[in-house]
Amino acid sequence: MSRTSKYFTMTFVILAFALGIFASTYFRAGNEPQIPAEQAETKGIVNIYTARHYGVEQVFEAFTAETGIAVRFTTGSDAILRERIKAEGKFTPADVYLAVDAGNLWLAAEEGLLSPVESEVLTYNIPENMRDTENQWFGLTKRVRTILYHPDRVSPAELSTYEALADSKWQGRLAMRPATHAYTQSLVASMIAAHGEARTREVVQGWVANQPTLIDSDTRILETLAAGGADVAITNHYYLGRLLEANPAFPIRVFWANQNERGAHVNISGGGVTAHSPNRENAIRLLEWLASPQGQKLFADSNHEFPANPAVLPHPIIAEFGSFVADPINMGEFGRLQADAIKLLDEAGYR
Amino acid sequence: MKTITAKRTLIKHGQGLRSLPVLPLFLAILIVLPVLVVISALLTPTWEVWSHLAQTILPEMIKNTLLLLAGVGAGTLFLGVGLAWLVTTYRFPGRKILELLLLLPMAVPTYVQGFVYMATFDIAGPLQTFLRRYFTDLTWFPEIRSGGGAILVMTLVLYPYVYLLAKAAFREQSGSLIEAARVMGYGSSHIFFRIVLPLARPSIAAGVALAIMEALADFATVRFFNFPTLSDGVIRVWHGMMDLRAASELAGLLAFAALAIVLLEHALRGRTRYYQTGGKAPGIMPVALQGWRGWLITLSCLLVVAVAFLLPLTQLAAWTWNELPRLPEGTMSVYAQLIRNTLILSLSAAFFVTICALLLASSIRLNGSSIGFLLAKLATSGYAVPGAVIAVGVIVPLSAFDHALNNLLEAWLGVTPGLLLTGSIIGLIYAYVVRFMAVSFNSVDSSLEKITPNITSAAQILGAKPWRVAWKIHLPLVAPGMLAGAILVFVDVMKELPITVMLRPFGYDTLAVWVWQMAAESIWAGASLPALAIVLVGLLPIIFLTRVASRNN
Repeated sequence: MSRTSKYFTMTFVILAFALGIFASTYFRAGNEPQIPAEQAETKGIVNIYTARHYGVEQVFEAFTAETGIAVRFTTGSDAILRERIKAEGKFTPADVYLAVDAGNLWLAAEEGLLSPVESEVLTYNIPENMRDTENQWFGLTKRVRTILYHPDRVSPAELSTYEALADSKWQGRLAMRPATHAYTQSLVASMIAAHGEARTREVVQGWVANQPTLIDSDTRILETLAAGGADVAITNHYYLGRLLEANPAFPIRVFWANQNERGAHVNISGGGVTAHSPNRENAIRLLEWLASPQGQKLFADSNHEFPANPAVLPHPIIAEFGSFVADPINMGEFGRLQADAIKLLDEAGYR
Repeated sequence: MKTITAKRTLIKHGQGLRSLPVLPLFLAILIVLPVLVVISALLTPTWEVWSHLAQTILPEMIKNTLLLLAGVGAGTLFLGVGLAWLVTTYRFPGRKILELLLLLPMAVPTYVQGFVYMATFDIAGPLQTFLRRYFTDLTWFPEIRSGGGAILVMTLVLYPYVYLLAKAAFREQSGSLIEAARVMGYGSSHIFFRIVLPLARPSIAAGVALAIMEALADFATVRFFNFPTLSDGVIRVWHGMMDLRAASELAGLLAFAALAIVLLEHALRGRTRYYQTGGKAPGIMPVALQGWRGWLITLSCLLVVAVAFLLPLTQLAAWTWNELPRLPEGTMSVYAQLIRNTLILSLSAAFFVTICALLLASSIRLNGSSIGFLLAKLATSGYAVPGAVIAVGVIVPLSAFDHALNNLLEAWLGVTPGLLLTGSIIGLIYAYVVRFMAVSFNSVDSSLEKITPNITSAAQILGAKPWRVAWKIHLPLVAPGMLAGAILVFVDVMKELPITVMLRPFGYDTLAVWVWQMAAESIWAGASLPALAIVLVGLLPIIFLTRVASRNN
């Protein structure tokens, strides 16, 4: 046998092996959920497409333990999961779409991927501005995008609003998230809703003129503040919660923005029942449980977020940040104004 | 009389040749389809979005894209060819082991290298923190979140593509040619630039084209580095402006850019054809370098290995070490499952991509028509389109097929089998074939190119049927190229992210998906264990490849 034919044989053997594995697993695995037959008969399952994947396992396990309904979930980014639900159409396995950022929920409803849910439990537990006007989606946890500072270099008396960070005294002292991220886009969308485009443009241009350090990770922004790379930043509150849990001596402090006017910018993570949900009853059951005090506690605490249900107390670490006034805007507006916000950011030179 | 018979046979098989490409043609159309779905968006442009982009960020994105391509192209060319030349022509301390080590950065996903570099070199990273003890002013420290940082990181993970192909090309060269030049008194730089480099040109061009296309398609790393390119623009328009149509139009532009690169690469190969003639000549004899010269080469190779491979490996290992006590119970069985899923996907993708590439490349070579040529080039352009866009280009026709089938069956038989392809492993592998065809096709095709037409003609004149020519003669000759291509695809699929996230079966997680879940929340320490697993599992086929290659030597 010549060398080349040895090569060939070896390649062939490897590839045949690959095909074998592929064929056996494909035909064996299928797409069936692996749950006890007994449970499947009585309580059934609920399938979730979730863009929120930090600490969701324990929450779903608690739901199964309480209701007997098995949970299967698959993760993905918000936009990717929406495209998938759209392509699967009436055969979609997804019962529930869980997303972060209200804009994504708004768009899912806009594209007809969700269905209205009439549930007294949900309307009682979730404040009106945190759910869809037609009850197609419901907010479940609150994340506050606010101002953070290093107390050695900034006094809280110097801080007031997001808009005030456009002042030239913050030249070279800001750290912010790039325009590509939904967090920045929703914040700007809320400013457009409050002030209109012209005033918002001035503010964003002011931020840009201060040459902020742009970092595409809220955690890294906070670490940069701590290391002295910037003095003031805008991030979500729970990233500080996480860092404080790992290191209680972490030096960065929270300042609740815009407290003397519309309030701090609050966004949500939330979910809705899909339009072609095969297990609709269970899907509604899951959302109701997530909105209940027990589900809220687990779901919000797993990520140091504020529960959407006002009756539930926040995690002790973030409770220490103090109470705050939230911008009462309906969160669907973030979705409606998101494209405008991006155009404005592009035009103002915010990258 | 004899000549006439030969002519007849040729004509007869000429017809046979024309009938051969039915299957390959079908295959090519299937592979081109998702790219066409994406490009077709260009037919009805969304002017509003385009004029906004043109007035704001498009010029910057185009400039950045060109800079990135030029930088990564030059960087991978320099490192890949230079290192391949050093390990082929010189004998220096540790050459054997360095030859292997230099390939390993290939196993590091670009986004992982990206976040390791950022975490190490940015303001909050350990290096600057250390320096702050001795310097009060660190403004001279280069900003890692920049175009330079992106080019550096991509060059360090992509140069092995060029290194691998260049080394193979140098190995194939006849040592007698170089001996002759040496005897005639030519210096080594002269030999390198006038003989070795021109002979290796097709392989080097193929390698650089792969590296450039990979850089063109990347949207995760450039975003880490605040360096918006066209691919970043696609995702920006899609996820941000929530406009998939306009995003597809931008992606169509990328597909054309890829086509331009492929055609340029073809042009760079030149009209000259290089064939291996005669038997296998002894390869280039390495010259032993004594003393400091040898050690200098050792040191330069070590430096590359250190920054491109040891640095990320150490950082990931350190994060993992800190993370270990915090891992919940049952983590190991979860990882066993993740590794199994990852291996299944990578192996089957490598298999199918290689088979398709071989069918396509050989039939197009035998057929020689210009339409076939164009089709092949189009089929390889998926490599420069961001994976997320390919995923959409795949899911649209797949779900259309599924829904049409269900409607038909319901009308005829009253049954609905549900989704057969959408969200199945078949759909996922299909997307991998579309995305990574270029990797395998280029390696197979550059091997095929070196087969002299005389062999093919001889076989045909002797009456061999086209399939027999392909099976008995071409296949053994291109087997090394196939193997190299298959391993590149294997490693690429292991690292692949957006297609896997979008098209995998329900709940079917891989290592890369876990890296993404953690990195998306910027929990880099949590991403370190799956990332480390990708690197370590990716090393196996690479080591295997070099072992086989060196045995062949």
